[in-house]
Formats: sequence, C-alpha cells, structure tokens
Amino acid sequence: MTTTLVALAVIMAAVIWWLVRPSIGARPWVEQRTLVPDPGAAGLPFPTVKLGLGVFIVVATSLFALSISAYLMRREGADWRPLAQPAVLWFSTAVLGLASVFFQRASGAAKSGPVARVRTQLFAGGACTFAFLAGQLWAWRQLESAGYYLTTNPANAFFYFLTALHAAHVLGGLFVWGKTTVRVLRGAGAPEVRMSVELCTLYWHFLLVVWIALFGLLSLT
Amino acid sequence: MTYVPIGHDATVYAPPAETPEPELYHPKTFIGKYIWSQDAKVIAIQYSITAIGVGLVALVLSWLMRLQLGFPNTFSFIDPSAYLQMVSMHGMIMVIYLLTALFLGGFGNYLIPLMVGARDMVFPYLNMLSYWIYLFAVLLLLASFFVPGGPTGAGWTMYPPQAILTGAPGAGWGIILMLVSLAFFIVGFTMGGLNYVVTVLQARTRGMTLMRMPLTVWAIFTATILALLAFPALFVSAIMMTLDLTLGTSFFMPGIVSQGKQLGYGGGSPVLFQHLFWFFGHPEVYIVALPAFGIVSDILSVNARKNIFGYRMMVWAIVGIGALSFVVWAHHMYVSGMNPYFGFFFATTTLIIAIPTALKVYNWVLTLWQGNIRLNVPMLFAIGFIFTFIHGGLTGIFLGNVAVDLALSDTMFVVAHFHMVMAIAPVLVVMGAIYHWYPKMTGRMLDDTLGKIHFWVTFLGSYAIYLPMHYLGFLGVPRRYYAMGDTYFVPDSAQSLNASITIAALVVGVFQLLFLYNLVWSYFKGKPSGDNPWEATTLEWQTADTPPKHGNFGPELPVVYRWAYDYSVPGAAKDFIPQNEPPDLSAAGAGVPRT
Repeated sequence: MTTTLVALAVIMAAVIWWLVRPSIGARPWVEQRTLVPDPGAAGLPFPTVKLGLGVFIVVATSLFALSISAYLMRREGADWRPLAQPAVLWFSTAVLGLASVFFQRASGAAKSGPVARVRTQLFAGGACTFAFLAGQLWAWRQLESAGYYLTTNPANAFFYFLTALHAAHVLGGLFVWGKTTVRVLRGAGAPEVRMSVELCTLYWHFLLVVWIALFGLLSLT
Repeated sequence: MTYVPIGHDATVYAPPAETPEPELYHPKTFIGKYIWSQDAKVIAIQYSITAIGVGLVALVLSWLMRLQLGFPNTFSFIDPSAYLQMVSMHGMIMVIYLLTALFLGGFGNYLIPLMVGARDMVFPYLNMLSYWIYLFAVLLLLASFFVPGGPTGAGWTMYPPQAILTGAPGAGWGIILMLVSLAFFIVGFTMGGLNYVVTVLQARTRGMTLMRMPLTVWAIFTATILALLAFPALFVSAIMMTLDLTLGTSFFMPGIVSQGKQLGYGGGSPVLFQHLFWFFGHPEVYIVALPAFGIVSDILSVNARKNIFGYRMMVWAIVGIGALSFVVWAHHMYVSGMNPYFGFFFATTTLIIAIPTALKVYNWVLTLWQGNIRLNVPMLFAIGFIFTFIHGGLTGIFLGNVAVDLALSDTMFVVAHFHMVMAIAPVLVVMGAIYHWYPKMTGRMLDDTLGKIHFWVTFLGSYAIYLPMHYLGFLGVPRRYYAMGDTYFVPDSAQSLNASITIAALVVGVFQLLFLYNLVWSYFKGKPSGDNPWEATTLEWQTADTPPKHGNFGPELPVVYRWAYDYSVPGAAKDFIPQNEPPDLSAAGAGVPRT
C-alpha cells in the first residue's frame, strides 16, 4: 500500500497547504467592519468545470494508485510469472503521446486560431487515441495467441485488468471528445468550444501520465 | 451570468465574487420538478426517502436477527443461511446505502448550497444522475433478495475466499449483485461528491470565507473528500472479486479445495482483499461520523445560544481526523496475521486519532458550559450523541490495542462498540438533524411530544441493547453465530441477556415508526414554523421563503458579514446575529473591530 500512501500524502499535503493560509491567522469571531483581504474569501482561481475535472483526476489517481498497490502486493506471491511485454505497447505509448501533443495544440488553437485548426488538431488527437486503443487490443491479441490467458497467471490477470481500467478511462475521454468534435462540426466557433478542448487536453495529459506510469511498472517488473 | 445588484454597498465588506452565477435549470413540468429534478433540495429529499426506505428494510432484518439470537429454535423460517444473509445485508445497507447516502446525498445536497449561499450545486445535471444511479444501485441490491440462492451471506466485509465459494449463502447471484451494486453506488457517489466539493470551493457567496463556513459544511466537505479517495479501494476490490468469481482469475482466491474438489484458483491473496477493503472501510467510519460531528456542533451551538467553542480547532480537528483515518486501516486486521511492528504502528496511529476526536468532545461540552440551553428535541438528540459517541469511542481505544483486540476480536464486544460509535451515535444525529431542519424543508414543526418520546425511547433503548452486549462480548459470545449451542464457557444467563436485548431492540425499532408517523402527520398538520424557528444564524434560515424556492435566495444572493456562531453577543439587540446581517456602523466603536 506504499504507493497509495505516497499518492495520498501528496494529495493531503496539497489540501493542507490550501487550508493553512486562510485558517491559521483567521479570527472569524471578530466582526469585520472594513474590507480586509482574505485569502479564503473567493473560490480557487480556476473555472468551475476545470476544478471539477481536477477533482475527478484526483479520484482517478486514487483508483490507479490503489490498483498499482494491489499489483505490487500480489506480485510477491510465489506463483507470479511475468509475461513477455508485447512490443506494440511502445507504439501505443507513442500514439498516446502524440494525441496529447495534438490536444495541446488544439487548446492553443482554440485560444487564438481559427476553428478549422481546432478541428484538425481535434481530429488528429482523436485518431491517435483510437490508434492507441487499437494498439492495446493488438497487444491483448498477441498475448492471447502466445498463451498468456487471463486466468493462466496473476501477472496476466493484472496486465489485462490494468490496461482495461486505463482503456475505460480513455473511452470516457473519447465520449467528451466526440461531443466536442460534433459541436465543432456543427459550426461552433473556437471560443464556444475552448473550455471543452482545454478540459480534453488536461484529461489526455492525465491519461498519458497514467499510461506511462503503468507501462513503466509493467515493463520494469 | 452576472449578479443582481445588491441594495446596499456590500463590496465594502465583502469582495465581489469571482465566480459568476450559474444559469439555473428551470423545470416546467411536474416530472421535471419532482422526478428528473436538478434542484439539489429535491435531489436531497429523493436521496433521503430512498435511504430511509432501504434503511427500514435493514431495520427489519435486524429485528429478525435479534429474534433468532434472543429466542433460538423458535422461528423456523430463520435458518443458518438466512441468518447470515440478514447479518450481511443489514450491515451493508446501514453503512453504505443508508448512512453514507443520507449524510452526503441527503444532508449534503440540502445544506451545502443553502449554507454557503449558492443557488444550487455547480453541476446540477451530474447531481441528478448521481441520485438515479444510487437508486439503481439500491434496486440491484434489493433484487438480490429475489434471485436464486438469495442475497450474499458473506458478511458486510465480503471476505474471500468464502464470499464466492459454493456453499456460502448467496455465493452465486447474491454476491454478484452486491458487487455490481457497490460499483454503481460508487460511480453515482463520485458524481455527487464532485458536486459537493466543487460547490464548497467555488460557489460560496460573497463574504463567505472558508473560516466563516458552518461546521456542518466543513464536515460534509471533508467527509466527501474522504469518500472520493477511499471508495476507489472498494471499487477496485469489487471489480477484482467479480473477475475472480466470473472469469476465474486469482486476485484474491488462493489454491483451495472446496467440497472435496480442487478449484481452479491458485496463489491469490485474501489478505490483499482485506487491505483494500479496510483502506476503504476505515475512512468509511469517518465518512459517516464527520458529518455527524459537524451537524451536532451546529445544533449544540444554536440551542446553547453560544458560539461553538474553539471553532478553528474544530475545523482542524475535522481535517486532521480525515487525514489520520487513512493510516489506521490495518487495526481491523490484527487477527489476520501481521508483523508485530506493523501492529504497533497501526495501534499507535489509532490511538493518535483519539486526540482530535477528544478535542471535539471537549469543545462540545464546553459549548454547553454556561449556555442558555434550550432543551428541545434536536438538542436532546445532540446531547444523546455526545453520550453514545464517548461510550463507543472509549471502547474503540480498547480495541485499538493489539493485545486487547486479539482477545475481543469477533466477539459481541466489537458489535457493541461499532454500533455505539457509528450506528447509534450518527443515527441520533440524523434524527436530531431531521427535527432541526424539517421546519425549513416543509415549513412545519415536528410534534414536540412525539419527538421527546421518540428520543427517550431511542436513547435509553439503545443503552438497553448495547451495554449488555459489551458484557456478552467479555463472556466470549462470538459475533455472526446463528446459535450458541452447548458452549461451556458461556453461562446460561447469557441467553437471558440476549432475550432482553432482543426485546429492547424490538421496542426501539417500533418507536421509529412513531417517528415516521410524526414526519407524515406534521407535514399536513404540524404547527407552522416560520422562516427561522430556532433563531439560528446560518444562511439557510434567512431565505425569503420556507421551504426555500428554486434558486434558494430570491433575486439577491445574501452577503455574509460574520461567522456562523454569533449567539449571545454582548451588546447586541437579539441573542443571535444572522450571518448576512451587516454591521451597525452607527453604533459606538464603529470601524473598530470587536474583539
């Protein structure tokens, strides 16, 4: 559970850092008669939806940290037989990285550029993500044909479980990507979809970070 | 997307809010208003009714369990399998589907927007989805009563391997429905939880600084963060166990011979499940307890006509308890076998958590000290909570020690402990909170006499149930046993005690029906309450309408000038000053902060 505790410690440190400033010197029982700047007075300096996504990312981080903890604990069992990592996972990693880059560029385009550029980058990002999922499926097929079935060994079960969990999050992202893309195709301007594109970008960066952590973990262990 | 101008110059005291008002969803039909509603208040009531409804099922299950324990071999329809199924479903329903849903989905939805001065939750559509997914999870769970084999009888902890082995009650459909229902519950809760957290962070009205928030909001906010971080552990373990059961993986299942047959599992770790389960399970105690702490603080302060003692420390204690609750989980696993140093570590962290908890108890008592106490029904329940919580908390200190726990583990002492601390104590707060906020929700007071009868029977009856149960635990009476049989170390008198506990449990249970009657009767015939019957300071009591209309506060959102606890302020005209009442600048000493 060390992995989970480290992730939690980071989250808790952020919460405490956020709480210390407005609360240490606060004397709420003193009636305030003149305007005194108060660090706890306003909301956080993020758009509400972005903060909502941020909170979801924290929840998903907890989910992946716990899954990784379970993986690390289970692999100490005597029956653990590591599987041969399919090479196609390098391809998957590269295309997910590219997707992240395209979303970043889409985000930049949504701020200033014409909507056509946003559309191109969004399509490219989406295409790369589908390619990532195809790569993952291919990796599964390769493992299956090599005899690494789900129930043969816990290492295999964890591989399928962790990649499926990540893929489910990718599919969730693609749902929002799909909605955003449809809006762009229906003629929405860049300012109208800017927030959606920024949210997708943030989420895709998160998906990439999680995948790199999982890929590193599966490769190194 | 802008604020309606305020009649006076509020910006002198409170900076303009940086978050624009959201566009409100305006329902046009009955279905839009009451069924597919996106209004947090309606969603809160939907959550509450569903949670109380399913809680009643769990209450009836507890009666049946008690009938078996009190009068064994009397009721032919309660066989050992049915008994274990009742125990399991009672526990899971009460902890997750009643208390968690009611405190966060019910009180959280109703109180957060009103108390922080928001029109609604920040993501109303997601909030609505949250309720419907919760309802679906409840229906899935209840469906397990009607499937072949019935619901799971593996205990609310669902420990593998027995939870999914053939021969355990409900090992087929029952456990699958339980696991899938839990997964849906968590998805639904996450949608609601995002709302509660982000609304507190972003949608507070002008002047509502973090340190002016009522402790109820602080507590629900912190409990939601705990739930958002802890529920994924249950989610992961539910999925893994489903895979073990349906596809034959071995995440948790060791190599095992069942009913003379070698199963296909191998090498899985049941202890891994326990780690994941309790990583969720212990914070879950505080997910239930923290909202109770916050609500009881506010009820005590209002009815003692005093500010809450040590507000800042109370906030820090809530956050501290929340953080510590993540590093104590293995105290539930002392008997599972662990390195003695780990045992020492978890015993130490468990005892450390008693410090902020005791701090809160002292502060509640000091809030009462020399207060102008109004001994109304909510106050009775709040004071009752202090008793039961101290009682359950102290026995928790016993069980937190490895050496004591090894002897008492899996006895009735543990059952008595956790019922006092996380069943009776929070339920007393739920009752107190309903008596306290019912007038705001309906515009009518609950009947006082019925309320007092309800309190005294529930409070004294709870002691009649659980005090002797501690003693049974000391005698060595094990928990989860269908019948004692001829156990040489348990004296015959234990059976008489069990019978008396059953009678007390039935009486307490029946008197909850009186409470339900009061809720329905008062809705139609109760005394009109007015806007602020308790003369409270917090924003929900300052709304233009009771019950508050859609959008909560009429055309102007309130501006907050003070904290939530200005009771009996020296020199003030009334013994309470609402949070949205501007300072009187004409008074002597204007411009000088009062200290």
